[in-house]
Amino acid sequence: MDLTEINPVLLVASLMVAATPLLLAAIGELVVEKSGVLNLGVEGMMIVGAISGFAVSVETGSPWLGFVAAAVGGALLSLLFVVLTQVALANQVASGLALTLFGLGLSALLGQSYVGIKPPSMAELNIPGISDLPVIGPILFGHDPILYLGIALTAAVWAVLKFTRAGLILRAVGENHDAAHALGYKVVRIRCLAILFGGACAGLGGAYISLIRVPQWTEGMTAGVGWIALALVVFASWKPWRVLLGAYLFGGVTVVQLNLQAAGVAIPVEYLAMSPYLITILVLVILSADKSRAPASLGRIFHASH
Amino acid sequence: MKFTSLLATAAMAIGLATGAVAQDKTKVGFVYVGPVGDGGWTYEHDKGRQAVEAHFGDKVETVFVESVPEGPDAERVMTQMALEGADLIFTTSFGYMDPTINVAKKFPDVKFEHATGYKTADNVSVYSARFYEGRAVQGHIAGKMTKSNIVGYIGSYPIPEVIRGINSAFIHARKVNPDVEFKIVWAYTWFDPAKEADAATVLIEQGADVILQHTDSTAPQAAAQKAGNVITFGQASDMSEYAPLPRVSSIIDNWAPYYIARTQAVMDGSWESANTWDGIGPGMVEIGEISDAVPAELKAEALALKDAIASGEYHPFTGPLNKQDGSAWLAEGEVADDGTLAGMNFYVEGIEGEIPQ
Amino acid sequence: MIVLEKRPQPSRAWSMSTPLVAVLATMFFGGLLFAALGKNPVEAIETIFWEPLFGEFAFYYRPQLLVKGAPLVLIAIGLSLGFRAGIWNIGAEGQYIMGAICGAGAGLAFYPVEGWFIFPIMVIAGALGGWAWAMIPALLKVRFGTNEILVSLMLVYVAEQLLASVSLGLLKNPEGFGFPGSRNLQSYASAHNAELFEGTGMHWGVVGALIAVIFAYVLLNRHMLGFHIRLTGEAPRAAKFAGVNPARLILFCLGLSGALAGLAGLFEVSGPSGVVSIDFNVGYGFTAIIVAFLGRLHPVGILLAGGLMALTYIGGEIAQSQLGLPAAAIQVFQGMLLFFLLALDLLTNYRIRAARKEVA
Repeated sequence: MDLTEINPVLLVASLMVAATPLLLAAIGELVVEKSGVLNLGVEGMMIVGAISGFAVSVETGSPWLGFVAAAVGGALLSLLFVVLTQVALANQVASGLALTLFGLGLSALLGQSYVGIKPPSMAELNIPGISDLPVIGPILFGHDPILYLGIALTAAVWAVLKFTRAGLILRAVGENHDAAHALGYKVVRIRCLAILFGGACAGLGGAYISLIRVPQWTEGMTAGVGWIALALVVFASWKPWRVLLGAYLFGGVTVVQLNLQAAGVAIPVEYLAMSPYLITILVLVILSADKSRAPASLGRIFHASH
Repeated sequence: MKFTSLLATAAMAIGLATGAVAQDKTKVGFVYVGPVGDGGWTYEHDKGRQAVEAHFGDKVETVFVESVPEGPDAERVMTQMALEGADLIFTTSFGYMDPTINVAKKFPDVKFEHATGYKTADNVSVYSARFYEGRAVQGHIAGKMTKSNIVGYIGSYPIPEVIRGINSAFIHARKVNPDVEFKIVWAYTWFDPAKEADAATVLIEQGADVILQHTDSTAPQAAAQKAGNVITFGQASDMSEYAPLPRVSSIIDNWAPYYIARTQAVMDGSWESANTWDGIGPGMVEIGEISDAVPAELKAEALALKDAIASGEYHPFTGPLNKQDGSAWLAEGEVADDGTLAGMNFYVEGIEGEIPQ
Repeated sequence: MIVLEKRPQPSRAWSMSTPLVAVLATMFFGGLLFAALGKNPVEAIETIFWEPLFGEFAFYYRPQLLVKGAPLVLIAIGLSLGFRAGIWNIGAEGQYIMGAICGAGAGLAFYPVEGWFIFPIMVIAGALGGWAWAMIPALLKVRFGTNEILVSLMLVYVAEQLLASVSLGLLKNPEGFGFPGSRNLQSYASAHNAELFEGTGMHWGVVGALIAVIFAYVLLNRHMLGFHIRLTGEAPRAAKFAGVNPARLILFCLGLSGALAGLAGLFEVSGPSGVVSIDFNVGYGFTAIIVAFLGRLHPVGILLAGGLMALTYIGGEIAQSQLGLPAAAIQVFQGMLLFFLLALDLLTNYRIRAARKEVA
């Protein structure tokens, strides 16, 4: 056992990569839940994003177009959720689960001819001089553009929710849809937009896995990240910066766990592997004392009855 | 015997009879644990199935069901195939062992082939591949190629199959490089590309410049390519899209010759229950093209080792070998018996760390 | 312009007929999908829905419907009680695993002793295992107000790791040549949850599921506790005034659903499955959530929904092997079925009317 073999700088840099798919999906879901909608279909939207992005970037040779396609693909799938929950007023929990089932199947069908192909790669940010700086170079300036997009998105969501009128309306709709409706806001329209945004973000997160993190296409390759993203939103008590923190914590615990193993620390692996979940529960219990609560209308069906 | 079961047996017999009359083609069923698009384990089995179709043409009909969970679902799928007149059924996951035996009891006229298990019956054969033979070649290349003397190894679960591979690779790496060390990381999953990528990255960050993997995705290859100056080996399939670097060679599961031979045996009526454990020699394990990134001299050595194993002249587990705790295992010149290998649950001397229990 | 108008009372006629309409719509659109994949749509639909029930080998598939449906129904019944009260246990998969581990562990502890008392002990241990696992989110919620959705979901992953751990260690078959997985309970007579009548698929898990349906029906319709559950879900404030103790209700609902999921796991491991192995769980805990909602959280509805899900699984497997449809197409088909069932439920509670534009 030799803990000095673990390089903290590289560890931080690689946990940022590990956290990005989670972050992207979770920040989208945060907006959805802020509008009072619970979409459990994140895993389904991610995997559809993963294959849409993969297929398009292989066909066009451009990872950028791939990410655009991933966002569109995720949003299109979430449109189904819109129809179910906003038009047909179906139960959101069941609709979300059905969405995941459908998305997993659909992605596998679409991806049949993309197994075993290597996608075009995306260049990393490389600013001569700065990216080579010790410590901050690899952590802050040595990543792919999408990683920065994830952080920028977090900042944007935070700013919009906190400082803009649009954010205020979104929160109002999530807190009390009847009151928001009475004030003349288009509850359904706002929620539709939020759901589509969430779908697009989840799609980006999925494509980050299939295009950058892994990169390859395999059926079911998101392997449960979508569920963790869902957990993350609650974990973060619906606050954007806490989502970022939580994503790094989650990604971090996994990376640290593997690092400890490689350094030869003799801890039973299965207990290390369950540690991210146990730590989440622990943090959750501590955060429960916090008074910030879920959007009051979360998961409730809205019907304008005049 | 109760009345209902009598009824069931009778009905099954009728079902079988009608099935047999309706067709003179040999019907071969395949039960897969993953999707055929997994690019690894199931993908290679399905290539074997396609080879059977290509080889026999109109004389066979193949059917398959993918992503079948181990347990009662597998039992149902096998029964269904048997009811519909399959003559031969390949069940391609260790967890299908007991279901295969159960179903085989009900259909004495149908032949079953179970991959990687150990329970046989009159109409149940088992077959598996000696992947550790390929690991020996990998270990040799890894030991010679590493500059940091640290080889990273990504394991799935600590089961005999995986432990055997680690030991085999380690023995042959140490043989050519006494300073080499293995860093072993257990992913505790069969399939999670993202986690495999993390594991590879971690190993590289901790100094490994060779990555061996016992998981099926190409994620570690991509991680190695990104890091640069790291070599890897393809697993299960060739992964040639990562050649010549980082992927310098690979172990390929090639089930086609076995599947064709067994199907032929059923056609001829010469099928018998067997316990097959084939390696490089009969072609069940293939060593993928060794790329030019490997020096010609080393490539020749690796190929010579491969040929020696193939011809049976050399066994990868030949003494003197000690277990990790220093106790003697194999004496000078002694060769490991298959029973010990099949259930291997210890590291050989020199590997650090413990097998998680 | 089309508007939705809430019905004063859910329509009985629509509530009965929407599932049928949904199945027909799925057949139509699913048929289009199968046709797009180059298969004969009529044949594919017939294989999925007809073959398991009335086909040549229905004598085998019908009992299999019970085997596949029973755990779904058993778990979904437990979940539905909590869902009605607004208590969201989505970690049934974990409770199912823990039930199987504890139940099988209790049985294997006696190996090789035979005795009538072993199976009942396993049943109790299985129920307790699931119950205890569900008590973690329950107690955390009661004591700290922690969100039970998240905790129960996290515990699924913890349970999966525990399952891997015991399969490779504690419960590993000592005669299994080092391979992972426990002894097969099917070959340990006292611990085997065998078919009660051979060839019928009827094992104790099926009996348990039927009892659970009846129990839930009586509880919801005839019992004060059932009234409290319904009241809490529909009008939490009114429930408070009616003297409902929310903490007790949380403990009861989560505990019961955990115990039922644990039982499902125990019946599965001691019967159809036989072994505790790394991949023992196959998603019943998650599918049961869908079943609960498809059944409108009503005990009888859940029974029917569980049967329907089981039918699509079994029919889907037949379609795969007979017609070469990919598993993914079956998944998409199941997804469609769920979409239509959920979407058409609208007609039960709402009337669609053409309305003239008016000022609100």
